[in-house]
Amino acid sequence: MGRAAEIARQISWYWGSLMGDNHYRRYVEHRHRSHPGEAVMSEREYWRMRHDATESNPNPRCC
Amino acid sequence: MATPTATPSDRIEERDGDVTYIRTDKDLPPVAIIDRSPITTRHKIIFGIIALLGAIAWAIIAFFRGETVNAVWFVIAAICTYVIGFRFYARLIEMKIVRPRDETATPAELFENATDYMPTDRRVLYGHHFAAIAGAGPLVGPVLAMQMGYLPGTIWIIIGAVFAGCVQDYLVLSISVRRRGRSLGQMARDELGAIGGAAAIVGVLVIMVILLAVLALVVVGALAESPWGVFSIAMTIPIAIFMGIYLRFLRPGRVSEVSLIGVVLLLLAVISGGWVAETSWGADWFTLSKVTLSWCIIIYGFSASVLPVWLLLAPRDYLSTFMKVGTIGLLAIGILVARPIMEAPAISQFATKGTGPVFAGSLFPFLFITIACGALSGFHALISSGTTPKLLEKESQMRLIGYGGMLTESFVAIMALITAAIINQHLYFTMNAPAAQTGSTAQTAAEYVNGLGLSGAPTTPAEITEAAQSVGEKSIVSRTGGAPTLAFGMSEVLHQVFGGTSFKAFWYHFAIMFEALFILTTVDAGTRVARFMLSDGLGNLGGPLKKLQNPSWRVGAWICSVIVVAAWGGILLMGVTDPLGGINTLFPLFGIANQLLAAIALTVVTVVVVKRGLVKWAWIPAIPLFWDLIVTLTASWQKIFSADPKLGYWKQHSICQAAQSAGKLCLSAKTPADVDKIVRNTFIQGTLSIVFASVVVIVFIAGVMVVLNALRGSGRPLTEDEPVPSRIFAPSGLIPTKTEREVQKQWDALPKSPARSVGTGAH
Repeated sequence: MGRAAEIARQISWYWGSLMGDNHYRRYVEHRHRSHPGEAVMSEREYWRMRHDATESNPNPRCC
Repeated sequence: MATPTATPSDRIEERDGDVTYIRTDKDLPPVAIIDRSPITTRHKIIFGIIALLGAIAWAIIAFFRGETVNAVWFVIAAICTYVIGFRFYARLIEMKIVRPRDETATPAELFENATDYMPTDRRVLYGHHFAAIAGAGPLVGPVLAMQMGYLPGTIWIIIGAVFAGCVQDYLVLSISVRRRGRSLGQMARDELGAIGGAAAIVGVLVIMVILLAVLALVVVGALAESPWGVFSIAMTIPIAIFMGIYLRFLRPGRVSEVSLIGVVLLLLAVISGGWVAETSWGADWFTLSKVTLSWCIIIYGFSASVLPVWLLLAPRDYLSTFMKVGTIGLLAIGILVARPIMEAPAISQFATKGTGPVFAGSLFPFLFITIACGALSGFHALISSGTTPKLLEKESQMRLIGYGGMLTESFVAIMALITAAIINQHLYFTMNAPAAQTGSTAQTAAEYVNGLGLSGAPTTPAEITEAAQSVGEKSIVSRTGGAPTLAFGMSEVLHQVFGGTSFKAFWYHFAIMFEALFILTTVDAGTRVARFMLSDGLGNLGGPLKKLQNPSWRVGAWICSVIVVAAWGGILLMGVTDPLGGINTLFPLFGIANQLLAAIALTVVTVVVVKRGLVKWAWIPAIPLFWDLIVTLTASWQKIFSADPKLGYWKQHSICQAAQSAGKLCLSAKTPADVDKIVRNTFIQGTLSIVFASVVVIVFIAGVMVVLNALRGSGRPLTEDEPVPSRIFAPSGLIPTKTEREVQKQWDALPKSPARSVGTGAH
């Protein structure tokens, strides 16, 4: 049972990282680490910023 | 962006037998492990068995005649070759050329901002990289190449990937990582000088336009006169917009959740497409001609490039990633469970004669440009430089991501090849020969394919109609472009495993939908990327054009979008109305363009390798470079100068021009208007061929000059960045070694490690 739960956790971690679910958490951790004590964007603002960044720097997708 | 400077750090090396541990900070665990231990006997035996198994599989594919060959042998041959290539050839490249330095920080660590620069777990980055490089290309090329039989395509896809495609992707990634993730165009300018660099940038832009046009043409070929297909693809737009709004306003950041909802809606769209297509209003609204569909795609491409990213582009990209990983896994399971048998011959009559209806020209060089993605794809160089380097944790992971990512794409191409090879040969040519030959009805198509001298029993019009009905279509005659054939083969495989005969129509339209989804994702992202390249390139000219480089200047964005969309849209419309058949005249241009881009990338790589003083190992990128140049320049030469009216654009042009002035018809033209079209189209195609080839020759000559200067010791210096010590650790391969696990434990044991990149590993 413990092993199955561990595998399920690993898969959900992988999928979440691939699709982007935990990107915000990662951002918060990064801010705390590199700029401790400073204000951190909310999740909504963070994704707005991410999409604005792709606006002028799109990721090419191949054929 | 502030540039972190190389602080004088204490580099501490500890040796323990064959393993060297490198620390950049005496208070932190090692950041790099150099393992020089020789290969163990156990590994020798394992790799020996894999090599033997691969050799047996290859022998069965290549020499087994009389009996039919099972698809599983292709899978075994491919996987064994990939394992050996990855373990030995990629390792050789790693040791002799790439020489990763894990004690040096990658761009991702250096500039980490948790948005575009972000050290990402190697397995996740592998997934990202794969999703970015794989699309419809490796699915379509092998299908078209099947007209020459399965053997040439199989050899080229597997061997080409190991010695060319993977090498290109890996080495471009490695040089971009040492240059802070600079793009291919920028690296060409830095390494080849102004002229070579400018030619490379122009080349990338022009090549991109033709790629987008031909991919859009494939979608049009798949959706024309198919109300079911058009409905399900049309539904992807409202679904994407719904997802975009959901992520923006309802639940920001819940990407998997919304993608899952999107996929369920997508499946509903595919199922309901069957019902809609049966109603009279559905058939009325969604049966669109090729020209109307082209206009829809042109308008879509333009809107996607000027609308906000969050509304359409980003959610569609999520959907596409989800579908890509899911469907390719599904197809692999399907092939392994159904274990279908090859219907195609190993080498067909068209391989030598070069008179095949699907694409003109003989095996050499045209097979090698028809299968571009899957064996060697220049477009990947745009992803290996730029996007992926900014997410890479450790230099030693590049082998897994660059080389390994391309191996996976090659495997996708092999699965597409299997899918096309298991289709009845008569049906294959019914679907893929242009309408000018099949005459568009089941009756004429049956007569035409029976006259081709194919193996197997001749077909009847009733069989063709029945095949169409089995997948829920009115007709499958001349559904060119490769996508419908792949969908047909996929429905053959998947219905045996999931759902039975009644699911054939569902799987066919499911396959059509996901191919169209990939292509439209490439088209909308590509249009945007090309728009920025154009505004950047024009801005470099200076003067009033400088204003274009400001991304917030909306008018400029609109103007550049219009130019880009008009360029590919024009070629698309030219393709769909082409009296000579469209896909069979344009697909070679797509392949040539993609392979010429690879020539540019490999030139840049070879130049860097020589400049680094690794002349002895320059053959590693030089072999694929020379092969690629020979193939593409021969193909270009034939397309430009061939006196065969099936092959040479200018020959077709002059024949029809003569006919035009004499007021007669020419080639497959049926009306004087057709003659005018051929005259115009062949002029454009011929001119493009000349432009492509010249640009690449210029880049190559610039590369040769730089190499000669470097050999004389008087060249420009390398533009690599100063190394900055790394302060993070991560394993290199897919599975961590014993020593890596031990070091990882030391890092995990650190109390709230200040320097560690958090959130990137499973913990």
